[in-house]
Amino acid sequence: MGESLKKEFEATVGADNVMTEPTELFSYSYDSAVLDKSQPDIVVRPEHSEALGKVVKLCNDNGLKLTVRGAGTNLSGGTIPHPGGVVCLTTALNRILEVNEEDLYAVVQPGVVTAKFAAHVASKGLLYPPDPGSQAVSTLGGNVAENAGGLRALKYGVTKDYVMGVDFFDVNGELIRSGGKTVKCVTGYNLAGLMIASEGTLGVFEKLILKLVPPPASYKSMMAVFNDVMDASRTVAAIIAGQIVPATLELMDNFTIRTVENFRKAGLPVDAAAMLLIEVDGHPAQVEDDAARVEAICKHNKAETVRVAKDDAERNAVWQARRDALPALARVRPTTVLEDATVPRSKIPAMMQALDRIAKKYDLTIGTFGHAGDGNLHPTILTDKRDQDEWRRVEAAIDAIFDEALALGGTLSGEHGIGLAKSNYLKNEYGAGTIAYSRKMKSVLDPKGILNPGKLLGPVLG
Amino acid sequence: MADIKKLVSMLKELDDLLTGCMRCGMCQAQCPIFAETGREADVTRGKLAILSGLADEMLKDPQAVNDHLQRCLLCGTCEANCPSGVKVTDIFFRARAILSGYLGLPPSQRLVFRRLLTNPKLMNALIAFGSKFQGLLAKEADGVIGTSCARFNAPLIADRHFKRLAARSLHAQVPGLDTPAGKSGLRVAFFPGCLTDKVFPEIGLAVLKILKHHGVGVFLPSNQACCGIPALSSGETGAFTSLVRQNLDLFTQGSWDYLITPCATCTATIAELWPKYYGDHLDTIRVQDLASKTMDVSQFLADILKVGPAKGIGEPSKVAYHDPCHLRNTLKITDQPRTIIAASGKYATAELPGGPSCCGSGGSFNIKQYKLSETIGRKKAESIAATKATIAATSCPACMLQLADMLSKTGHSIRVKHVVELYAESLDREQPLEKSR
Repeated sequence: MGESLKKEFEATVGADNVMTEPTELFSYSYDSAVLDKSQPDIVVRPEHSEALGKVVKLCNDNGLKLTVRGAGTNLSGGTIPHPGGVVCLTTALNRILEVNEEDLYAVVQPGVVTAKFAAHVASKGLLYPPDPGSQAVSTLGGNVAENAGGLRALKYGVTKDYVMGVDFFDVNGELIRSGGKTVKCVTGYNLAGLMIASEGTLGVFEKLILKLVPPPASYKSMMAVFNDVMDASRTVAAIIAGQIVPATLELMDNFTIRTVENFRKAGLPVDAAAMLLIEVDGHPAQVEDDAARVEAICKHNKAETVRVAKDDAERNAVWQARRDALPALARVRPTTVLEDATVPRSKIPAMMQALDRIAKKYDLTIGTFGHAGDGNLHPTILTDKRDQDEWRRVEAAIDAIFDEALALGGTLSGEHGIGLAKSNYLKNEYGAGTIAYSRKMKSVLDPKGILNPGKLLGPVLG
Repeated sequence: MADIKKLVSMLKELDDLLTGCMRCGMCQAQCPIFAETGREADVTRGKLAILSGLADEMLKDPQAVNDHLQRCLLCGTCEANCPSGVKVTDIFFRARAILSGYLGLPPSQRLVFRRLLTNPKLMNALIAFGSKFQGLLAKEADGVIGTSCARFNAPLIADRHFKRLAARSLHAQVPGLDTPAGKSGLRVAFFPGCLTDKVFPEIGLAVLKILKHHGVGVFLPSNQACCGIPALSSGETGAFTSLVRQNLDLFTQGSWDYLITPCATCTATIAELWPKYYGDHLDTIRVQDLASKTMDVSQFLADILKVGPAKGIGEPSKVAYHDPCHLRNTLKITDQPRTIIAASGKYATAELPGGPSCCGSGGSFNIKQYKLSETIGRKKAESIAATKATIAATSCPACMLQLADMLSKTGHSIRVKHVVELYAESLDREQPLEKSR
């Protein structure tokens, strides 16, 4: 990075918001994915959107590779920068610009933290449903760029279901507007849709328009315990086939249950082969009805016990057990590889069997929990990356998990994105033609290939 | 300067602790400094990554790494909420010791730690001398809070609104005590800590009054040394061990049931850090025994003496309670100070909007990173003011200094008290009742 370019960045965002010191650059060489580090040459932190647009243009004019970064909680390497490139932070673009209670939408800057936004709209009696596990720190821009999911996705959908519009800068720093504040909007190409899950490869978000919904009037949570993980898996499929859509339907296997119990001592059934955590919500009468039917389906599928939470304290205990799954597993071994291969709901039993087989074949510890209701399991491999032999087996197991998910008609990623981690697998799911089409599109919109190169579409175009 | 290979091999000892971080970034939601700067190098995940980078020789500038490590309050909030259970403060203490051993402390700091802090008699004499002349340098800032500011341009003081050194320190008023157990049948060792002794002797007097009221015998040896946290957090492990040993020698002379302190930082240091970092490996029994009997004063009052909420006369006044990080995060003590406020019968705890958070003091952080400390502290002052309380109370004299500075500066004339002062105050009211029984 030349001194004159650095000066230009300083003039654009202010000297305090430009970082070039090696130690500081190093702290932007990673995200939450278990991948190799890669350092940028400069990190900039614009405080208003005009400066953001100028940063994008400056990068394009000088052919600098640009990676936009919010909280850096990405699990597929989507925010690991191109070596020698530019990292643009959105942490200062964190204003909630409007919450419209009459028309049920909000307008935000991309750096707003998800949980803060959800709490803000909740204080106005509204609900923003997407609740990724990292919501306490993750940013809405990142959520849209990765199409983040969450625990409520089964009934409420994922981030894309709440994006009404995205205003973004193209590589020339031109502000492109898409979507809007109306429920219906079919003006022009669905550019907002194109931006969702684009992982920072097509534009830089300036502003997001997000849909809000009324919160459910009532809810009921329950915990079903099974002696056989296959019975639990079949129950998931049966609830969906029974046309009941719980807000949440989560599964924990025996290893996860024991690890969580060891961690929290909450009195979980450590002998159970599996547990389902289920919440139904909506109109009180509907909730009563759905809860009774879910309970019946659980029992019909050989649930040992079904416990319905009597009050908020019991409900919270149910969800605490689920929230503890990752923290508890993460303490077992130094490296935690959290996968998110996803299958159609009817294939959950087959996927659970496959995961068991894979763990045995590669002699690995895999704790499985996750959003069984939407087919999105989180097989979590507990390992130590420093053990080279074991790490080779981990990589082989990941390959096998993806192959299995695709063979079952599933997908590589339910909610974590493709990023660097899975770009090599993309052709297995969609084929070479799809990749060629996508690359052609990108080459026109980003002719110099500056926008988050290497992510999603694989190695940088020539 | 020592060999960088040696530094790397020492840092490698932290490897097992460092690999536990799965870089999930959840610490961003907790870190008071990240909340201000939004910079990765300021949050725990970033600092741990930088340390790994130095250990792996991907980074070559130990001074720069050390500078980033210093931008931490050691409040422990990230550690208390870390999904992977990373021992963050442990890593930071060890890393600071390794780095300051390698880089060397500035001579002025080394002098303070090695010659002054470890010599309580000299320290006390100097401070008594200073307290007589401070009026020449300082003028009143806020009469209600009792803060002063610099009369002339003084770089170390900057624009702080500080509490002056007490005219008469606690040890000047109460040089030592060794009283028998009364009606409680208990005897405690009393460790007031430097700030109580030299700035807030009224806290120490309040503790003694309460102990007397409840018939608790007191062992208060003279010439107590600092608990050692300033030395440890600066990486001066030699000075730390010397301080711990001096205190062990003093306190193990008496027989007592519990060691109590009115300082959250001292309590956490004695209970958690003395056994962990005391360098004399042949002396582990004494230090572990003493640490296991160490308690925060409100914990002793509520849990051992069973002091509970008292029925008051009329509407209680609102007291904004600030949870010191060392009580909340390290020792998980949050209920007992509130119980002691309620035990006064005159005050009710007003919770701060947004929940508990660090005040930004962080001991020597306040000296080295005053601008950041102030930004965090001003927010704390505003949240206290928002409760409309007339008093701000806490359980740590270091937090009290910060709250006084920030409330004074932001123009909120809200008195700052230790919770035991509020309870001790109520005992005057009860005394006649007891006599009439």
